[in-house]
Amino acid sequence: MPKRIERCLPALVSLGAVALGVLIALAVLQPPDHEGATLGKVLEALPDSGVSNPVTAVLLNFRAFDTLLEVGVLLLTLIAVWALDLRLPGAETLPASPLFSSLLRVSGPLLVLVAGYLLWVGASAPGGAFQAGAVLAGGCLLLRLAGLWHPPAVILRWAVSVGLLVFLATALAMPFLTGGLLQYPPAAAGIWILLIETAATVSIAAILTSLFIAREPGEPRR
Amino acid sequence: MIEWFVDGLVGLMLLWLAWQALTSADLLRAVAMFVVFGLLVAIAWTRLGAPDVAIAEAAIGAGLTGALLLITIRRLQDQRRAGVPDERHAETD
Repeated sequence: MPKRIERCLPALVSLGAVALGVLIALAVLQPPDHEGATLGKVLEALPDSGVSNPVTAVLLNFRAFDTLLEVGVLLLTLIAVWALDLRLPGAETLPASPLFSSLLRVSGPLLVLVAGYLLWVGASAPGGAFQAGAVLAGGCLLLRLAGLWHPPAVILRWAVSVGLLVFLATALAMPFLTGGLLQYPPAAAGIWILLIETAATVSIAAILTSLFIAREPGEPRR
Repeated sequence: MIEWFVDGLVGLMLLWLAWQALTSADLLRAVAMFVVFGLLVAIAWTRLGAPDVAIAEAAIGAGLTGALLLITIRRLQDQRRAGVPDERHAETD
């Protein structure tokens, strides 16, 4: 990069940042002119969605296609990281300490419980697959730091992809059941959403943990 | 009145923490600031009435990203100790 451009870079970057800030401020200050209508429609259709939390209803039912793509993007990211082959050094474990292992003994089961609760409660209150998956990934990382994370490669590969597979299978099954892509039968919508979210939670946790490790499973340590 | 005070305090602290995280010369300190920043953003989301986003922010923004940044610092230190040339210095023309 030429020296002259490099010298102007901080000024250019701050100019861009200020412009973006002004744009965001303008957007925030603008009174919403359609929010009422959209929110009204969501609340109107809420009883048919299978869940009582409007956020989950939008993410997993009304706009389920977006969420399907999001789960796919997460998996693609992981595949890209594995393909990059970063050649990172071996496992980084914390030195064994009684404090850490007793913390792990208490917090490990607790994190699994919290993740399960967040997944279940997502139907009626704030929570859901992404939050549950992130909490579960935190637990997996604790295991990893303690040097106790050794999932067989086959299981890990299934874990990272099961979310997208279940979501896709649902999407493909729905045209035969209801005639619409990702349009669940209203009576059983809650079960379908829970099924997808459970699979997505496992995948999100496995993907986030694998992104952290950034090494393809089954590869020999360098 | 008290709500305005709390919201204003959170907003000002966010700006200050963001500045500290970006300008701190000590990377470990910058990461610590970033994690606290993430937790405060979660509080801000709660105050804005978006608890779903707040949970995700606390878990992913503060927790996982903080851990990721910490491990990156460690790997950078390992590389430097192993004598891998720093790319920033190699790039200058």
